[in-house]
Amino acid sequence: MTDTLTERWEVICPQQRVEPERGVAALVGGAQVAIFRTYDGGLFAIDNRDPIAGANVMSRGIVGSRGDAPTVASPLHKQVYDLRTGECLDVPGVAVRTYPVRVRDGMVEVGAG
Amino acid sequence: MKHLVVVGNGMVGQRFVEALRSRDTSGEWRVTVLAEEGRAAYDRVRLSAFFDGVSAEELSLHTADDGVDLRLGEPVVRVDRERRVAVTGGGEYPYDALVFATGSYPFVPPVDGADLRGVFVYRTLDDLEAIRDHAKGRRTGAVIGGGLLGLEAANALRLLGLSTHVVEFAPRLMPVQVDEAGGAMLRRYVEELDVKVHTGTGTTAIRPRNDGDFGRQADSRGSVYGLVLSDGSWIQADVVVVAAGIRPRDDVARAAGLDVGERGGILVDTACRTSDERIWAIGECAAVEGRCYGLVAPGYAMAEVVADRLLGGQATFPGADMSTKLKLLGVDVASFGDAHGTAEGCLDVTFTDPATRVYAKLVLSDDAKTLLGGVLVGDASAYPTLRASVGGPLPGPPLALLAPESGGMGTGAGIAALPGSAQVCSCNAVTKDQIVDAIHEGCTDVPAIKACTRAGTSCGSCVPMLKQLLAISGVQMSKALCEHFDHSRQELFEIVRVRGIRTFSQLVTEHGRGRGCDICKPAVASILASLGNGYVLDGEQAALQDTNDHFLANIQRDGTYSVVPRIPGGEITPDKLIVIGEVARDFNLYTKITGGQRIDLFGARVEQLPQIWRRLVDAGFESGHAYGKALRTVKSCVGSTWCRYGVQDSVGLAVALELRYRGLRAPHKIKSAVSGCARECAEARSKDFGIIATDKGWNLYVGGNGGFRPRHADLFASDLSTEDLVRYVDRFLMFYIRTADRLQRTAAWIEAMEGGLDHLRAVIVDDSLGICAELDAAMARHVESYEDEWRATVEDPERMRRFTSFVNAPDTPDPSITFEVERGQPVPAMGERRPVVLGLPTMGVRQ
Ligand code: SRM
Ligand SMILES: Cc1cc2nc3c(=O)[nH]c(=O)nc-3n(C[C@H](O)[C@H](O)[C@H](O)COP(=O)(O)OP(=O)(O)OC[C@H]3O[C@@H](n4cnc5c(N)ncnc54)[C@H](O)[C@@H]3O)c2cc1C
Ligand code: SF4
Ligand code: FES
Repeated sequence: MTDTLTERWEVICPQQRVEPERGVAALVGGAQVAIFRTYDGGLFAIDNRDPIAGANVMSRGIVGSRGDAPTVASPLHKQVYDLRTGECLDVPGVAVRTYPVRVRDGMVEVGAG
Repeated sequence: MKHLVVVGNGMVGQRFVEALRSRDTSGEWRVTVLAEEGRAAYDRVRLSAFFDGVSAEELSLHTADDGVDLRLGEPVVRVDRERRVAVTGGGEYPYDALVFATGSYPFVPPVDGADLRGVFVYRTLDDLEAIRDHAKGRRTGAVIGGGLLGLEAANALRLLGLSTHVVEFAPRLMPVQVDEAGGAMLRRYVEELDVKVHTGTGTTAIRPRNDGDFGRQADSRGSVYGLVLSDGSWIQADVVVVAAGIRPRDDVARAAGLDVGERGGILVDTACRTSDERIWAIGECAAVEGRCYGLVAPGYAMAEVVADRLLGGQATFPGADMSTKLKLLGVDVASFGDAHGTAEGCLDVTFTDPATRVYAKLVLSDDAKTLLGGVLVGDASAYPTLRASVGGPLPGPPLALLAPESGGMGTGAGIAALPGSAQVCSCNAVTKDQIVDAIHEGCTDVPAIKACTRAGTSCGSCVPMLKQLLAISGVQMSKALCEHFDHSRQELFEIVRVRGIRTFSQLVTEHGRGRGCDICKPAVASILASLGNGYVLDGEQAALQDTNDHFLANIQRDGTYSVVPRIPGGEITPDKLIVIGEVARDFNLYTKITGGQRIDLFGARVEQLPQIWRRLVDAGFESGHAYGKALRTVKSCVGSTWCRYGVQDSVGLAVALELRYRGLRAPHKIKSAVSGCARECAEARSKDFGIIATDKGWNLYVGGNGGFRPRHADLFASDLSTEDLVRYVDRFLMFYIRTADRLQRTAAWIEAMEGGLDHLRAVIVDDSLGICAELDAAMARHVESYEDEWRATVEDPERMRRFTSFVNAPDTPDPSITFEVERGQPVPAMGERRPVVLGLPTMGVRQ
C-alpha cells in the first residue's frame, strides 16, 4: 500500500471524523471501505464486508492490538483481523482486502485505483 | 441406700442404668426409671429396620434387672426440687439424685394442616406402627425433610409400597453432613430408588382431601391429601412424614427452673451436672456447655460420666467426635472432622467417579499438610483411616486415599494416576482424556476448558481437578482477562475504583500492555460505566464499546439494528402502543413481541436510528438497554390489581424496580421479574433476581436464569417489606457488579462464590465485609445520575454525527441492505443464505 502504486486518490472526510481506535465506513467507487485510526495515529483501510458473516459491518468493530499487530474484531462474531495485512488471525485462510490510505491537508484519502 | 430417679428410658438412659448398675457393686443406689413410652428401651438407631421385618423384640435393649424399678408409660410431669420429688400421673418419687435422659422430640414446622390424619413424625416404634397401619391400601407418600432422618423415613415409605417424595428446604440432601457435590451424588442414589427429590423448596401447607380448589382453607380434621410447596407446586401424598429436625426435651427441667442452653437443652457442665447439683442430664436432652448432640455416641459418653460421678469419680465429658458413618438406603455416607471446610484458608480435594458412583472430599489445612475433615459418599471404606488421621498428617497422597480400591489408581501420584477414562466432571460426564485433549488443542485456562468441554460448568466441584490437569500439562494458570491485562475483572474493578481511573488509556498504560481488544475494552467500558462515568459514548469511552453499545442498538445478521424501547414491567398505555406502531410503519420495521414483555423493532439502518429515537423520545419512551450488559426487563404478572389470586401489586413493584435499576451497567445482563402470588406467572425464579409476593410481603430469589444452562433462583429471604427488599437488591446488584467475572451471570457468580448463598447473605444482610454502606452509596449515585442515553444522544448534534452509514455520503443508505416480505413484514433478503426452515411451507397455515 505504497503511494506510488496508486494513481487515483479519493478524498473521504476530515481527519478528525475518524475517532482514535474506532472506524468509519466510506463508499469508494461503489465499494464499501472501512477506515480505522489506531491509538498512535496510524490509519488503515480494509473491506467493510465481514467475509464470514457477509454483512458490511467491519467499520463498527473494536480496534485494538494482538501482540504487535493493530487489529479490528468483527462486531458480528468477533473474529480478529490484522489491520496491516487484512489477514484473519482467528480463522486461517480468511482475509479481507486492504486499501492504501493517507492524510493530505487534514483530509483522509483512500487509494481507489 | 440413696435413691436415684432416671427420667426417660431411651438409648442413653438405658446405657446409663446399665453402666451404673454394673459398677455399683456395693449397692449404693436404688434406681427408679420413669418412662414415657409404653415399651422398654430399644435401639432407636436401627428403628427403620422395623420396616425390613425386624421385630420390636429384636430391637429391644432391655435387660432384666431386679435392682431397677422400671415404670413404663409413666412420664414425669413435674420435678419439685424443694421437696426433691419427681411427680408422675401415678405418684411421687423422692430422689437423692435425678438424671434427665429425655432425649428429643421431632420438630414440626408450624404449617397449616400439620395436625391432619396421616401426618406423622418418625421417632418411636409407636410412630412406625402408626405409619404402617395408615399406609395400608394407600399409594403415595411424602417426607418433609431431606436430612438423615428424612431419607430413612423416605426409604420406609418406599418399603411400604408408596410412591415417595422428599422435600428439602436446603439446596441439597443431608445439608448438615455433606457438601453440595456429595449431596448431588447422594441425590442420584436416592432418585435411582424411585424417590422423587425436591430440594431448595419448603412446604407451605399440608392439605386435606376434599379441599376442592387449590389454595382454599383446610379443614384440618380430614385426612391428608398432599403438600403445597413454596415454589407453588403440589405433591399428592396420602401419608406424610415430618422429619424436619429435632429439639431437646427440656420442658420438665425448664419448668423446674433449671438453666437451659441458648438454643434449648438442659444446660450442664462437663460433668453433666445441671444448675442443681443433685440433678444431671445426659443424651440428646443435655446441652453440655451449651451444645446439644444429636447422636447416640456422645450420649453414651455422657452416661459413663454420670455413672462414674455418682460413684465418687471425677470423669468429665471429653467432647464428642461428630463423625458419622451411615448406611442409608444401602448407600455409604460418612462425614468427619471439619467436613464443610470452615477453617481459614483450608483446601478441598475432591474426587468424583460416576462409574463407581463414589464422591469423596478431603479438607486440608492451607499448607495441604494436615487433614481437617472430609465427606465420603458411595464408598466409605477409607473412613476409618481418614477419621483416624484428622488433625494429623495425611497417611498418603489425597487422591490415592480417596480412590476406591477398584479404581486402580495405585499408590500415589494424585490426579496424574487417574485413568484417562475416569470422569473428572460428573455433572457433565467429561473424562480426564477429554479434558487433556482440550488442553492439548489449546485450552489454556479453566474458562476455555469450560467452554470447550462443559466440564466445571455445573456444580463447579471439579474445577480444582481442571486446574490440576492444567498444571500437570505444564500450563501456567492465569486469571488474566486477556493478553492486555494480567488481572481478573474483579481486580481491574478495584484498581479503577480505588485509583479513581477514568480512562482505558490510563488503565492500560499503567496496569496493562498493548491497546486492548474486544474482550478487555467492553469489560473496562462496563466498569467505568458502573462507577458512574456518565454518558457511555463520550470521549474515549466511545472507542471501548461493542458495536451494540456504540450505536445504542442491537446489531443484526445483515448489519441493521433493532430498537427496543423500555416498557417498564411490561405495562404500556394504548397511546404509546400506537406510537410504536406508527414508528414501525413509517420506518418499515419488522415488529415482534419479545419474550421480555416488550416490543422489538428490527431492520433499522444506522442513519435511521436517531430519527426513530427522536420520535420515540418525544412520545416519552427511553432506551430499553437491550444492547447493554445492563438491566434488561423486570417482567411482571397482573398481580393484585386485577388477578383474583394476587396478594401484592406486582406490576407496581416491577415498574419501580425497572426504573430504579435501568441503565445499570454490569458484568452481564441482569433480568428480573415480580409475581403477585405463588402461582408465579412472571417466572421470577428464572431471573437473576426474582420476587414472589406473599401474604406478608415479598420473597426474594437470586441467581436464576434461562439461557444455555437454565437454573432456578434460590430463596434469599422471605416476607420482606418493600424497603428491605429494595435494600437487599441494591446490595446484591452492586456486589455482583464489583466481584463477578466478565460475562458471568449471577447464577454462575453465586455458584463460584466461596461459601455460596450463605456467604452472600452474610455480606448483604449482616454486612460481614463491612461494605454495605459503600454499596448503598454506589446505588444511590446510580439512581440519582441516571440519564436516558437516547435522549442525551438525540439532543446533541455532535453525538448524532456518529449515526451515518457512510462518512463520505451521509445521505446514502447502505445499498447492500435489502428486504423481502415474509408474513406481511420486511425481513433481511438473504437469497441463498436464508436458513432453510424444514417443513414450514407444508404446514398449511392460513395467514
Ligand atoms: C428479542 C429477544 C427474543 C424474542 O424475540 O423474544 C432476544 C433476542 C436476543 N437475545 Fe435473548 N432475547 C430475548 C429474551 C431472552 C430470554 C427470555 C427472557 O428474558 O425472559 C432469555 C432467557 C432468559 C435469561 O436470559 O436468563 C434469553 C437468553 C439469551 C442469552 C443466553 C443468556 C445466558 O445466560 O445463557 C443470550 C446470549 C447473551 O446474552 O450472551 C441472548 C442474546 C440475545 C441477543 C441479544 C443476541 C445478540 O447478541 O444479537 C438477541 C438479539 C436481540 C435484538 O434485539 O437484536 N439471549 N433471551 C428477547 C428480548 C427480550 C427483551 O425484551 O429484552
Ligand atoms: C430413625 C432414627 C435413626 C437414627 N440413626 C442414628 C444413627 O445412625 N446414628 C446415631 O448416632 N444416632 C441416630 N439416631 C439418634 C439416636 O437414636 C439418638 O441419639 C439416641 O436415641 C439418643 O438417646 P436418648 O436417650 O438421649 O434419647 P431417646 O432415645 O429419644 O430416649 C428418650 C426417652 O425419654 C422419654 N421421655 C421424654 N420425656 C420424658 C418424661 N418427661 N418422662 C419420662 N420419659 C420421658 C422418651 O419417650 C424417650 O423414650 C437416630 C434416631 C432415629 C429416630
Ligand atoms: S434464541 Fe438465539 S436466535 Fe433466538 S433470539 Fe435468542 S439469541 Fe437470537
Ligand atoms: S463435576 Fe460438577 S461441574 Fe464438573
